[in-house]
Amino acid sequence: MGVYINKDTKVIVQGITGGTARFHTKQMLEYGTKIVGGVTPKKAGTEVEGVPVYNTVKDAVDASGATASVIYVPAPFAADAILEATDAELDLVICITEHIPVLDMVKVKRYMEGKKTRLIGPNCPGVIAADETKIGIMPGYIHKKGHIGVVSRSGTLTYEAVHQLTEAGYGQTSAVGIGGDPVNGTNFIDVLDAFNEDPETEAVIMIGEIGGTAEEEAAEWVKANMKKPVVGFIGGATAPPGKRMGHAGAIISGGKGTADEKIRVMESCGIKVAETPSVMGETMIEVLKENGLDEKCKTH
Amino acid sequence: MNIHEYQGKEVLREFGVKVPTGYVAYTVDEAVEAAEKLGTSVTVVKAQIHAGGRGKAGGVKVAKSLEEVRTYADEILGKTLVTHQTGPEGKEVKRLLIEEGCDIQKEYYVGVVLDRATSRVVFMASEEGGTEIEEVAEATPEKIFKEVIDPVVGLTPYQARRLAFNINIPDELIGKAVKFMSGLYNAFIEKDCSIAEINPLVTTGDGEVLALDAKLNFDDNALYRQKDIMELRDLAEEDEKEIEASKYDLSYVSLYGNIGCMVNGAGLAMSTMDIIKHYGGDPANFLDVGGGATAEKVTEAFKIILSDPNVKGIFVNIFGGIMKCDVIAEGVVEATKQIGLEIPLVVRLEGTNVDKGKQILEESGLNITPASSMADGAEKIVSAVS
Repeated sequence: MGVYINKDTKVIVQGITGGTARFHTKQMLEYGTKIVGGVTPKKAGTEVEGVPVYNTVKDAVDASGATASVIYVPAPFAADAILEATDAELDLVICITEHIPVLDMVKVKRYMEGKKTRLIGPNCPGVIAADETKIGIMPGYIHKKGHIGVVSRSGTLTYEAVHQLTEAGYGQTSAVGIGGDPVNGTNFIDVLDAFNEDPETEAVIMIGEIGGTAEEEAAEWVKANMKKPVVGFIGGATAPPGKRMGHAGAIISGGKGTADEKIRVMESCGIKVAETPSVMGETMIEVLKENGLDEKCKTH
Repeated sequence: MNIHEYQGKEVLREFGVKVPTGYVAYTVDEAVEAAEKLGTSVTVVKAQIHAGGRGKAGGVKVAKSLEEVRTYADEILGKTLVTHQTGPEGKEVKRLLIEEGCDIQKEYYVGVVLDRATSRVVFMASEEGGTEIEEVAEATPEKIFKEVIDPVVGLTPYQARRLAFNINIPDELIGKAVKFMSGLYNAFIEKDCSIAEINPLVTTGDGEVLALDAKLNFDDNALYRQKDIMELRDLAEEDEKEIEASKYDLSYVSLYGNIGCMVNGAGLAMSTMDIIKHYGGDPANFLDVGGGATAEKVTEAFKIILSDPNVKGIFVNIFGGIMKCDVIAEGVVEATKQIGLEIPLVVRLEGTNVDKGKQILEESGLNITPASSMADGAEKIVSAVS
């Protein structure tokens, strides 16, 4: 079992006829994900990798009983794709698309208030329940089933952490990429809460980066609520202020959002922070040993 | 994307925000001509560069005659201004704004920004105009008033009124202040701004509410639908390599070190810089090739890194997800074929299509040092350039 998804989750792919979506539909099917439909306007009746394509999300959901969607639609149309999925009352929408205008996302967030749909992303790698199902773009082979939860603002740093854990023999329950944009659907606290409640998860690694104050807020939440050990990492310690480092969310402005400040707050809340990105796995193992969880979490 | 103050004021004018009359000048003669056209007894000569703190650096002068306009324009044009936002190398002034002087009664601050915590646009205002808002936030946070805006209704008149009363705009000017604020909010929304700051907003002796300065930044992700804003881009204000990178949708930032970096994903790219520093090296750039890059884009990215004469070695750190390792490998091989490679190259590949990628690099016969992890790669490139 993973958080948010499991092997039985039925998924539709929005924008399935695009090149990237085709490639990752194939990869997801090979991983075992139940892809039950795709959506591209005016392409109903065709197939991608044996998956039937529909004109609208509603048609795809009505025909397949899907409860989750993954979005590969280009940025100018991605906000509308999220709205359409929300309107179809899906439980979960994962938006991979990067470069969505931020004011589009402000409207999307407002529209989703009080609705049942959970949005993960945008600009994220998706969610994987190790050895069960993956919804997104992460390379499947680096993940192994186990007891560590991973949550991150950065896709590639998630892979880095997972890879280190797997190589060292420690499997994961789920890895959740929440995305690098300033306005996103699911935040650190939401995912930490889910891992806290998940009986399979024994410890969590939380990967943040410069910009905003989401890591600090999450750290305070951990201190007050988390029953399981949390390890952290913050990318961008050496980034110059005022420059946007790729992610729209990663910018240090007015002395706020620096790595130093985030690390200080996280450590004061009991989160052990890895010194470099190459020791995220090692740091987790140290913490597992300190908490007597090493035996249980060593899975292979 | 940034634009100049005079361009920002032109944008604001379209939305009914009052700004002083002024003209842009590229030469001393144009500056004097502009002042003649204004015909005001006091004229302000303002350096136009993409950075704040111009006044303190000597980039803003008040002239009381055409002769003074000529003297100041001559002094400021071509001068390199160093402010807290330009970096130590400063920025050369190539344009001036020649603007009518006005009878300032009081200075205020208003700004529109995105608030990440609430995922809403927030309108901020303060009675403490003219100083950096960050300083006000530090020293007297109670003097900053905020209204969180619901995107369904936008900035409502009552919210604008509340802000105006809170910052003690005189009663007789409340109506004008409200019109000013709603114009500023509309400009922010319709032009996809990421920040819109007026510091100072001033009330004048003749009963006007004016934007004395204007700082507008725009959301790069929305420029595709803001063609008129795109035309305001001033390439002279940007780094050449960053301009070249932006043509290929590559996310590139110039830094001062000697190790060129090519990475996929912003988080990994930042962390690659961090780990190079950790091992005692110094990155020459931040470069995220992004998710959907083609071999051609990777080739261009590699060329941009190599065009930096400071670069003494290159570290390619790829963990493929949406990005495929074989595409990176093809791009690297193609770039070195086109322009040669005389400096050390360390490559770490992992993730989607990793075996294909490694095979392409091996078969290329290029002199590449493979790395087994990012720490291994960082150590190898740091020792190779030192």
